[in-house]
Amino acid sequence: MSANAPITMSVLSARDYKSDYKPVWCPGCGDFGVLNALTKALAALKLAPEQVALIAGIGCSSRIAAYTRVYGFHGVHGRVLPLATGLAVARPDLTVLAAGGDGDGFSIGGNHFIHACRRNANLTYLVMDNAVYGMTKGQASPTTECDWTGSELTPEGPHQAPFKPLEIALAAGAPFIARAFANDPNGLARLICEAIEFPGFAMIQILSPCITYRPEQMGYKKRVHEDFQPTDRLDQAWQALVADDGFTTGLLWRAERPAYRPHAADGDPASLINSFRVE
Amino acid sequence: MTRPTSFSLALIGSGGAGAISAGQLLLAAVAHSGLHAVMTRAFGPQIRGGEAAALLRLSDHPVECQAERLDLLIALDWEKSDRLAEDLAVDQSTVVLADPETGAIPAWIEKAGARIQPLSWSELAQGNRKTRPNMLACGVVAAVLGLGPQTMTAAAQRQFGAKGAAVVQTASAAIELGRQFAPHMDRLIPQVENESGGERWQITGNQASALGAVLGGVRFCAAYPITPATEILEWLAGRLPAVGGCLVQAEDELASINMCLGASFGGVPALTATSGPGLALMVETLGLAVATEVPVVVVNVMRGGPSTGIPTRPEQSDLNIAIHGLHGDAPHPVIAPNGIVDCLIATRQAVVLAESLQTPVLVLSDQGLGQTEAVIEAPATEEGKRFGELKGKRRLWCGEGDGDAYQRYRDSADGVAPMALPGSLGGEHTVTGLSHDRQGRPTTRSEEHRRQLDKRQRKLESFDPGEDWATIEGDGAMALITFGSATAPAREGLALLAAEGIACRMISVRLLSPLNVAGLEQALSGVDRALILELNHQGQFHRHLRAHCRLPAHTTALHRPGPQPFRPAEIVDAIRKLTMESAA
Repeated sequence: MSANAPITMSVLSARDYKSDYKPVWCPGCGDFGVLNALTKALAALKLAPEQVALIAGIGCSSRIAAYTRVYGFHGVHGRVLPLATGLAVARPDLTVLAAGGDGDGFSIGGNHFIHACRRNANLTYLVMDNAVYGMTKGQASPTTECDWTGSELTPEGPHQAPFKPLEIALAAGAPFIARAFANDPNGLARLICEAIEFPGFAMIQILSPCITYRPEQMGYKKRVHEDFQPTDRLDQAWQALVADDGFTTGLLWRAERPAYRPHAADGDPASLINSFRVE
Repeated sequence: MTRPTSFSLALIGSGGAGAISAGQLLLAAVAHSGLHAVMTRAFGPQIRGGEAAALLRLSDHPVECQAERLDLLIALDWEKSDRLAEDLAVDQSTVVLADPETGAIPAWIEKAGARIQPLSWSELAQGNRKTRPNMLACGVVAAVLGLGPQTMTAAAQRQFGAKGAAVVQTASAAIELGRQFAPHMDRLIPQVENESGGERWQITGNQASALGAVLGGVRFCAAYPITPATEILEWLAGRLPAVGGCLVQAEDELASINMCLGASFGGVPALTATSGPGLALMVETLGLAVATEVPVVVVNVMRGGPSTGIPTRPEQSDLNIAIHGLHGDAPHPVIAPNGIVDCLIATRQAVVLAESLQTPVLVLSDQGLGQTEAVIEAPATEEGKRFGELKGKRRLWCGEGDGDAYQRYRDSADGVAPMALPGSLGGEHTVTGLSHDRQGRPTTRSEEHRRQLDKRQRKLESFDPGEDWATIEGDGAMALITFGSATAPAREGLALLAAEGIACRMISVRLLSPLNVAGLEQALSGVDRALILELNHQGQFHRHLRAHCRLPAHTTALHRPGPQPFRPAEIVDAIRKLTMESAA
């Protein structure tokens, strides 16, 4: 448990971190499991709700911010990571979480994902990946298989190689990379706890089935297997990804890397003006 | 008012020849001597090898624009100088100094009939290869203006001090060698004492904006470099840490504006600076800032547009996007500084407005203000001018409210509700760009949607713009209405006309949106003819005024695109024409 957890408050349960809003999610949506896991993790870490901020993008999964009782920001599509980065840098006293879907994070927000991995600000990023745009009713996303013909927008399939979030995160320098399954709330909660306590950018790809537009994802339960062995050796991490079938779960990579800190210097505010003075 | 006594010179050379650096050194020397001065830059987009000109105007009065014509042109070389022909007002009384070894006098100089005065840089250098022509040129100018060795050494120290004592010494030695050319030149204007004796600054508009941001309370900046706004970001990067703030370099403008919003959501006043293409990328998030009521300031330093346009030159063509670029009904203030000092005041006011009204605020500067460096009377930094009674502090929620659930968007008389910052127990809430109710819950109900639109509109309508919505000068039955960098040449043009007995008042609008319609109409009382002046092709400001205000029956417009800024003569001609039109 966190050494920083406040000791003054009475113990909160996972339920205390949930708001009374009714989620817009379809029955059976994997995102319910993520909400459960996240609130369990916050309770387990005994984090004061007012000290936590959950920043989200746009899409079904990004609605998660309003379903918690922490401070939340439901931003614009694709910009969750810069929004969270600004808050994390300006308010290092807070626990900053970012959340969104695969379209939000890997398509419209793909550039920010790469640079957030490089920057390594102290925040936790939860991507609920269902390989489909749900809120716009079922289009191919960056993680959709290239031959998936389920969308009228791409009737012959997207014909693009699926985006590989873990490989890209590793190549871009993210120091904490994991994959989890939404319908394993306890396993996911443990990973979220570890990610929050990690001093830097911690990214978890969460396989979160969309049973409305990708009913075949109900079969995820049988396909996931917990086989990643955490490592800080780059060769081992790459070997694990070469062997990965997309359903390996667990912590893949955890490396020591100093978290991002902006330039800090002492100085005299009066010097701001002095440099302009004509002698 | 008499026309300021002034002297204009230009130093030109290919990029890397040091024309701009020499211009800055001369500006510092002139400041040291007690004169006022302004330096604008004209250059191409190349980093090295392109054309560059430092246009320097010295005066015994404050000046913020270039004059009609050049008194002196010094060519360090003539390479690619044809591209600068439009920027250099050479006529038959302009003295042109050039080394025949650097090439033939260009046709456009010959055609103007300028007085050519040949010199030899290598002769002046007395064989010393380290001696650069740009510093020799500074010596020539120093002799012409009567700037003594101490003044020039102090200026060299200011310009090159960071590069070490040896560089300062080499420069100073070269300057003294340049003085040898003095016998060939008339001494052009006498040295003028700084009679006011007040403190003076040497500053660019971009530096002034950055300082205004810090004085206004900005402590977070996310930056993506773009010409001609980058100096604001670089200045802040070096100074924000000294006041407990920080700057983050972002991957693009989409990121920089969102980082600012994130920091501001956390209670830290935030600002970024950009130019047209960057602003275009930011507008979606500015709409989010309007909807979520999170303060943020964007300084947009306009350049020629659309698209990549002319990055290194001025234009006032982003007025439309600044005021109307956001989708949905998204009212937000837009402030245009109308001088270099005003870059400081206006940016500071923008922070005050943003924090007080919990809204994004745009500052519309331009290349002509941002990258112009001037010697100015020190502005009052202790107490910035403020719009009306605004205090510049964000209204924060501190746990008050009789046990009711916290309402982030509670309706109120002035439309501003206390903001609970992360860390405040009991104020937890989620803000959203979805239409929301008073608690911030997403809703599609027409009543709630309308209530929040009304509330956000009311914030802009209920604050008192005070006296700061415009700069109003002069009197008469004619008025010139303008904004931004067009103000300085307008002011000078009107002064020339006043000397001839032609009276025209000037209204330079600072608060472009929301327009103070009542104030403007009052300022136009007794005016029967008006000229609307702006540096863009479409007449965006004219259309904006037409949409909101009753203008005098006889109103004409002078709008033309950049990249050349207005010269006072254009304004004089336009007002003369207006006089004759109404007489006809």
